[in-house]
Amino acid sequence: MFKVIEKEMIVPNLYLLTVQAPDIAEQIQAGQFIILRSHDDAERIPLSVADWNREEGTLTMIFMVVGDSTSRIAGLNVEDFVPTVVGPLGKPTETKKFGTVICIGGCYGIGSIFPVIRALNEKGNKVITILEARSNFLLYWEDKLKSYSEKIIIITRDGSSGQKGHIKRLSKILQEKAIKPDRIFVNGCTFLLSKTSLELSHFKVPIIVSLNPIMIDGTGMCGVCRVTVDGSTKFACVDGPDFDGRVVDWEELLKRRKQYLNEEAVLVHHSGCGR
Amino acid sequence: MGKLDLNRREMPKQPSHIRRRNFNEVALGYTPELAIAEAQRCLQCKKPICIDGCPVEIDIPGFIKCIADGDFAGSIRILKDKNCLPAVCGRVCPQEEQCEELCILNKKGAPVAIGRLERFAAYWETTQDKIEMPEIAPSTGNKVAIIGSGPAGITVAGDLIKLGHEVTMYEALHEPGGVLVYGIPEFRLPKAVVRRELSYIQKLGVKLITNFVVGKTKSVDQLLKKYDVIFIGTGAGLPWFMEIPGENLNGAYSANEYLTRMNLMKGFQFPRSSTPIKKHKNVAVIGGGNVAMDCARTALRLGADNSYIIYRRSEKELPARLEEYENAVEEGVIFHFLTLPIKLIGDENGWLKEIECLRMKLGELDSSGRRRPIPIKGSEFIMPMDAYIVAIGNSPNPIIPETTSGLEIGRRGNIVTDENGKTSKDRVWAGGDIVTGAATVILAMGAGRKAALSMHEYLSK
Ligand SMILES: Cc1cc2nc3c(=O)[nH]c(=O)nc-3n(C[C@H](O)[C@H](O)[C@H](O)COP(=O)(O)OP(=O)(O)OC[C@H]3O[C@@H](n4cnc5c(N)ncnc54)[C@H](O)[C@@H]3O)c2cc1C
Ligand SMILES: Cc1cc2nc3c(=O)[nH]c(=O)nc-3n(C[C@H](O)[C@H](O)[C@H](O)COP(=O)(O)OP(=O)(O)OC[C@H]3O[C@@H](n4cnc5c(N)ncnc54)[C@H](O)[C@@H]3O)c2cc1C
Ligand code: SF4
Ligand code: FES
Repeated sequence: MFKVIEKEMIVPNLYLLTVQAPDIAEQIQAGQFIILRSHDDAERIPLSVADWNREEGTLTMIFMVVGDSTSRIAGLNVEDFVPTVVGPLGKPTETKKFGTVICIGGCYGIGSIFPVIRALNEKGNKVITILEARSNFLLYWEDKLKSYSEKIIIITRDGSSGQKGHIKRLSKILQEKAIKPDRIFVNGCTFLLSKTSLELSHFKVPIIVSLNPIMIDGTGMCGVCRVTVDGSTKFACVDGPDFDGRVVDWEELLKRRKQYLNEEAVLVHHSGCGR
Repeated sequence: MGKLDLNRREMPKQPSHIRRRNFNEVALGYTPELAIAEAQRCLQCKKPICIDGCPVEIDIPGFIKCIADGDFAGSIRILKDKNCLPAVCGRVCPQEEQCEELCILNKKGAPVAIGRLERFAAYWETTQDKIEMPEIAPSTGNKVAIIGSGPAGITVAGDLIKLGHEVTMYEALHEPGGVLVYGIPEFRLPKAVVRRELSYIQKLGVKLITNFVVGKTKSVDQLLKKYDVIFIGTGAGLPWFMEIPGENLNGAYSANEYLTRMNLMKGFQFPRSSTPIKKHKNVAVIGGGNVAMDCARTALRLGADNSYIIYRRSEKELPARLEEYENAVEEGVIFHFLTLPIKLIGDENGWLKEIECLRMKLGELDSSGRRRPIPIKGSEFIMPMDAYIVAIGNSPNPIIPETTSGLEIGRRGNIVTDENGKTSKDRVWAGGDIVTGAATVILAMGAGRKAALSMHEYLSK
């Protein structure tokens, strides 16, 4: 059993959860995820690890409530115990010195890209962080991200903070500021990942996206997480979750994620990120 | 001696038209009367050749004699001397190609129903209030880690704890038991049976740690700092696909996914348990082994109109246990032999709609000693289908091979060992499907037993 240390709604519909999992906290690296079950008979839910404390043996995740299982996780209280936290799963994000890197986070990805930013910064990269949200009240962790970034650019759809616009605007903004990345990293919902991969492909550098297909075991046993990358089938849980977004078959991935739409009593929710 | 009794007693089962729509165990098991009658057919051969067919060399006439005499406690004692999972093996071993194939009465077409008798004895034990506990040797102070809680790991754990070693078992999933829990369905092997066996070894003192992926949470090399010896029994959990167009359409599954949703995640109780499983109308299962039968029969129980097995060879080559094939036919699974899927066709939303297949014929013998299937040109045809489940095999999971230093790995990703299960790495043994590739429960247990002996020898030096 794994103890819940902290739970908090940080912006509407996005929750922060910290659990005690010392074995995982000792090993975890940027870009990896865990699988959590909130109750017996609950689904196995993959969540990226957004921060950790090796001394205290804790892991922090940021998640969005989109359906039944995430609502049940959101319903946990401090001091509760959850039956499963397993990991660290997936391959760590490759974080050596590339030069100038752009790190883009939207919705839960603002949190989950934090360890990537920190690691890239520690390896001596010039990190330009870009946060994307519908409105300023959906932004969080800006100070935390700032301390490891050379620059932070905020894009909101309603212009309530930073630049007004969509991820489409991003290309122009980067042009205006004469930013030429050597590598791009994106975390967040599939819509953001796919759009960014399209809009920024002209830079001709790898666009590393952290994919989030449906998963069960997370260890390569079931194959439900398969995605087509550069024409061949990969298991996102063991071969990823990071892939070069320029060669991901987005159409297939978006369809595969909808497989259980009818079964899940979907709590209709409009985060504005195109789910 | 009286006349040979060639009346092999049938085991009562749920009627096929009822069981095809429920999840309860198909076999109901012998009554004591039936068991005694069947046991009395055994000739108590001086040279019991049946034992040669048993990978763990159970004293077969010995345990059968006890049943014939009504001494059920005696029979379970003899079984457990060699086999720590008789309730499992009595249900899932392919007896018709092991002990029962060799049984002298098979010459007359009516081998003693050794498997059913084993199942009976194990069942009888569960109806007793108190289970006999074996003697446990005084503590040796040695620490053993076992990775994987399938039949191989369970066997090693049981053997080594009895010898006085301190045993900790690590399991990646949230429930222990390996394929017995996530793969083989309830209607063939009730999960309560597996749970009982696991709680038995825990009562003996085995410590169980679930939700721990060795190679991720900690590596084998890290565990070696804490433990004197390690056994790797991580199975063959990496599913193969056919690698034909359309396999990533919605409605296409690996057998592992389909069965895991159903068994480990209890999909049949959805929405009471929260992992969904689809109810499909027309289901095609590709393959001809136990795994394929399990998927096709699960689909029926979920309410499918038609459940097909598509197998590229003929009925004669089916690798499944005979009993499961017969059960599947009785329940209404439709078999398309000599047929190979070549393409999956989807609709505009990415859902499977049709499968294109090719007819095959049998040619020369291949390296496996079976006749090679050859496609018949121009025989393509299309079947409407909304689910496609691939059950053509698994290879060893690569997580441990990839993260362990100095471990010799074979061509198919398997761990290489000597005949005692010793790997190329100091203080590390392995056995079961991770070494042999997907095989059987009893072979995994046999490998576990050998490794346990060799580990004990090493620890006793
Ligand atoms: C490697 C990985 C890392 C992830 N990290 C995070 C994270 O840090 N924060 C976060 O908020 N989310 C993360 N996700 C997504 C998260 O796992 C899903 O949102 C969650 O499983 C949905 O469960 P649910 O029961 O609440 O919703 P459901 O009721 O199951 O689904 C609601 C809707 O979401 C869709 N959906 C999208 N992705 C998934 C998925 N992976 N599993 C099931 N349904 C999905 C469903 O099709 C459905 O339409 C990650 C996913 C993966 C694979
Ligand atoms: C659907 C199905 C039906 C079958 N039917 C029959 C049958 O009727 N008769 C028969 O004899 N055989 C049958 N088999 C085959 C039989 O189940 C296997 O041969 C047997 O279970 C192998 O045992 P094992 O202990 O080697 O591995 P497994 O049973 O596969 O157990 C391995 C365990 O290790 C765990 N693991 C893997 N990696 C790690 C890791 N890195 N860290 C921690 N834990 C890990 C896995 O989660 C799993 O629980 C069937 C198999 C399937 C899939
Ligand atoms: S070979 Fe058959 S008849 Fe002879 S001892 Fe074995 S089970 Fe009994
Ligand atoms: S989640 Fe099962 S193989 Fe990736």
